[in-house]
Amino acid sequence: MAKTEIRVGGLGGQGVILCGSIIGKAAAIHGGKHATLIQAFGPEARGSACSAQVTVSDDVIGYPYVKNPDILVLMSQDAFNQFIPQLKPGGMVLYEAELVKPDGKLPEGVRAMGVPATRFAEELGRRLVLNIVMVGFFAGVTGLLPFEAVEKAVLDSVPRGTEELNLKALKKGYDFGREQAV
Amino acid sequence: MSLLMDQSAEELECGMDNPVLPFLRKDRIPHIWCPGCGIGTTVNSFCRALGDSGMDLDKIAIVSGIGCTGRTAGYLNLDSFHTTHGRAIPFATGLKLANPDLKVVVYSGDGDLTAIGGNHFMHAARRNMDIMVVCINNFTYGMTGGQVAPTTPLGPTQTTMPFGNFESSFNLPFLADACGAVYVARWTVYHVRQLAKAMKEGLQKKGFVFIEAMAPCPTLYSRRNRLGDGVDQVKYFKERSTIKNGVDTKDVGLTYQGDIVVGKFVDRDRPTWMDSMNDHFGKVLGDKYETYGAHHG
Amino acid sequence: MHADPKGVLTGVHFIDGDHAACEGALAAGCRFVAGYPITPSTEIVERFAHRIPKVGGVFIQMEDELAASIAIQGAVWGGQKVMNVTSGPGLSLMMEHLGYAFITETPCVWIDVQRCGPSTGMPTGPAQHDMMQVKWGSHGDFQIIALCPNSPQECFDFTIRAFNMAETWRVPVFLMMDEVVGHMTERVDIPEASEIEVVERKWTKKKPGEYKVYETTPEDPVPEMVKAGDGYRIHVTGLTHNEKGYPDMTVPNQERMLGRLIGKITQNAHKLVDVREDGVEGADVVVVSYGITSRVAMAAVEQARAKGAKVGSARLVIAWPFPAERMKEIARTAKVFVVPEMNMGQMVQEVERAVAGAAKVVSVPHAGGSVHEVDTILNAIMEAAR
Repeated sequence: MAKTEIRVGGLGGQGVILCGSIIGKAAAIHGGKHATLIQAFGPEARGSACSAQVTVSDDVIGYPYVKNPDILVLMSQDAFNQFIPQLKPGGMVLYEAELVKPDGKLPEGVRAMGVPATRFAEELGRRLVLNIVMVGFFAGVTGLLPFEAVEKAVLDSVPRGTEELNLKALKKGYDFGREQAV
Repeated sequence: MSLLMDQSAEELECGMDNPVLPFLRKDRIPHIWCPGCGIGTTVNSFCRALGDSGMDLDKIAIVSGIGCTGRTAGYLNLDSFHTTHGRAIPFATGLKLANPDLKVVVYSGDGDLTAIGGNHFMHAARRNMDIMVVCINNFTYGMTGGQVAPTTPLGPTQTTMPFGNFESSFNLPFLADACGAVYVARWTVYHVRQLAKAMKEGLQKKGFVFIEAMAPCPTLYSRRNRLGDGVDQVKYFKERSTIKNGVDTKDVGLTYQGDIVVGKFVDRDRPTWMDSMNDHFGKVLGDKYETYGAHHG
Repeated sequence: MHADPKGVLTGVHFIDGDHAACEGALAAGCRFVAGYPITPSTEIVERFAHRIPKVGGVFIQMEDELAASIAIQGAVWGGQKVMNVTSGPGLSLMMEHLGYAFITETPCVWIDVQRCGPSTGMPTGPAQHDMMQVKWGSHGDFQIIALCPNSPQECFDFTIRAFNMAETWRVPVFLMMDEVVGHMTERVDIPEASEIEVVERKWTKKKPGEYKVYETTPEDPVPEMVKAGDGYRIHVTGLTHNEKGYPDMTVPNQERMLGRLIGKITQNAHKLVDVREDGVEGADVVVVSYGITSRVAMAAVEQARAKGAKVGSARLVIAWPFPAERMKEIARTAKVFVVPEMNMGQMVQEVERAVAGAAKVVSVPHAGGSVHEVDTILNAIMEAAR
């Protein structure tokens, strides 16, 4: 009974919830697994702390919250500082390399990998797709979900007319992740 | 004065033909109202308005709240709903929007409509909900035994104002006008013909219609304040009323046994809530939107 | 009959419980909602407001919950299927109209997305605080049906079921959600309209003159309906009334009317109760739970079994009417009932009443704001199993 618990953290406006939602959708709709997404509800202002909890499992999910994640996907320093203490021993941290500086605060045995998602997104023409780069990076590093499942989840989550751009962002993050994972 | 309601049971037995009987549930007579009460007189006017309007009575529904006037729904031979205290207007809103074929009339008292139901009154007028509201204003809470109402003028004694009322009262036509009603009139039970005519116009008007009908409550308002019986109160209505159609509603406030301004104060047009919804969705959603209520007649 | 395809969003979705409940209502034929926003139920009416113009119906945001809860009832008598959506503070305001819906036999679905109370409490904190309020909160004697979904899929499925039950029994039917179920996103499968069974209103075939609004037979305690505008000239009142719907405030009539209204549920409770059991036969300990707590409880039950405890799970899919008879039967073999709930101990009182001393009953309360920890329930089970 494999179960993976994920916490996605960042700032309002970065697409944190959508990032979590695409991972959940890829697992539950296109990946043949169970998935539960819980979003932290706070003041919905841009720039405030924002996070999503995603549980992906081969089996029915009972307890719905993520308390001690196996994987952290982090897009802000605040989120990093807040969620690192919750990480499971031996867990994995995936972070936006230009917005998060781990600076030796990582517990021992933790695998940490950064991706310049904002820069990649800007190179593709829109800074907004940084969350999709993060999704790709997550998929590439963890191999938790088939690429095709994630691709489909992205396609039915993004606004019409932006599919091509988002798929490029996904692929960019995914390829970068595959390289890092090796 | 005409108190036909009081006589109708007797007339039934005598086999006489009362012109308002077809509009009443004969098996519900006698009614609960006191001798000299003005509510029955307004119901007489309403029945005449129903007849004069030529409308299909199967398509007219009446909704009341709680109180003496709230019992009106139960006596009329229409689809009739006796709801909860203060909530006749939101019930009527749901009824009208669910079945736009209906003409929905709210018939209730001053306490029900403008104290506990005051918020709904304001918002239904603001939205221009297509309902006709008849408010029988007897300046008191009758069914609970004569407590102060938002319409009680300064001065008279009520059981919860035992030393005389010191609270300011609502000017109901002004309130309805300010909130957006498209038709506002006030008459008294002395003015039975004018009241019937206003009710007929109200039935035929589209949008939020407000008709105030001043009525005596001899048992709990007049006698308590040594104003005599129902007839004395109707005499007061007759002697102190002036008809001023089209007058500014801010000038029609009432004082204790003072001058009364009656008439049709407001008659204008603006889109109803449902028309606004249909127009707006039609514009914004285009062909994807099917006009709501179009299949209804 | 089957659902109208116009309201059915057939497909596989990744949506939260609030959105799923709205889709359930649309699939069930709900075409009128008068709402008032309140966390954590708001997304239900937001989605309805967005979807209904293209489905064909009306959404109106009212001035308060008092208005919302009676406007929907006006709409029922205008011929529509309706729902009433709120959370604790709003539900408190709606209580008078719960009684009105019951005495007038106005079929309607009430969705309560429960949050922490009392009063304003924790608006975004989950709870199961209103279980007794929906059963007893309106004055006078009444009966309701209450379903407890534990996932977005069940929010969809049970909303349809709630609508069907409301039309069948003509009582208010509650969907007792909570903040977690409401805001949790999972896979929701919405079938083809032709695969969704929908119960139509019990329209009369009688003609005006023959029809009485509350006429029933000894075999069928649920009267037939008409709507305003069809020429029946009905009268509906919140006063004690007779078959014609006329006020009849005599003791014998009160007894007759209330006896039938209450009896619709109490005498048919055996058809209504729904307990989902897992390993109850031969278990020493039985965990009784409902809503989101049933998922956490199941995780605890599995862990307890791994430790060798003989433990079963009885999940209340329908909390009201309460399955008292089934609890009594279980108490013949089980030694301890463990009842975790996101409140300070509400349904546990029903378990105690049903079991009547035949087994030990242990409450595992939670003040709300989060779900139970699996360990908390596990410890209670292990303690009970000793």
